[in-house]
Amino acid sequence: MNEIVAGILILLSAFLSMAAGIGIVRFPDVLSRLHASTKPQILGVAAICVAIWLLNPSWGVASTLILVLGFQMMTQPMTAHMIGRAAYRTEYVRADLLIADEIADAVDAASAAEAADAADAAEAAEAAAESRSPDTPGGPANS
Amino acid sequence: MSFLMVVAVLAGVMFGVGALCAVYRIIRGPSILDRALAADVMLAIAICALGAEMAINRHTDTLPVLLVLAMFAIVGSISIARFMSKQDAA
Repeated sequence: MNEIVAGILILLSAFLSMAAGIGIVRFPDVLSRLHASTKPQILGVAAICVAIWLLNPSWGVASTLILVLGFQMMTQPMTAHMIGRAAYRTEYVRADLLIADEIADAVDAASAAEAADAADAAEAAEAAAESRSPDTPGGPANS
Repeated sequence: MSFLMVVAVLAGVMFGVGALCAVYRIIRGPSILDRALAADVMLAIAICALGAEMAINRHTDTLPVLLVLAMFAIVGSISIARFMSKQDAA
């Protein structure tokens, strides 16, 4: 019984690996390839870990497998996030394939705020220069 | 031929197809990010294949290898993504 369940889990993991490989060959840009590639990295490794435990059921094996799975689940989302961010920044994302580009709004808002800040600073500097300049060279009038 | 042997052959073929696709993407990949991604997939397939071999042959000798691979999976892609800039995007 354990053998059959473990065999099915191994086949699931192998199928996910094959699907990820086909996905990263067929999909057009980094973000969609990212979507294809993250499946075996979590679900495939989880299925394999359960299969190993089913065929070698002991506590030592279980603890090591939990560590393996924990590391994968901690690190793979970070990797995917960093790759997606770098892809957006270096313009390897095909904008014509996106349904909604939510980060563009944030980038626009941030650059608009920056421009407004710069304008405010320039205005303040101008005002300071004017208040100092008129007929009292060398400092404020009422000091 | 036992059930696990059939599983081993089928899984081996599927792992092989996945790994070959990843190698193709590493060779062709238009940007370094595609290559890093494909290398990551390759690593995940290696973890799965080592684990499948362990499960089928009922031993746990390569479990430490699995642990080390899972721990260091993060290093390559994140450092590439972190220190990549626009001019060296190829």
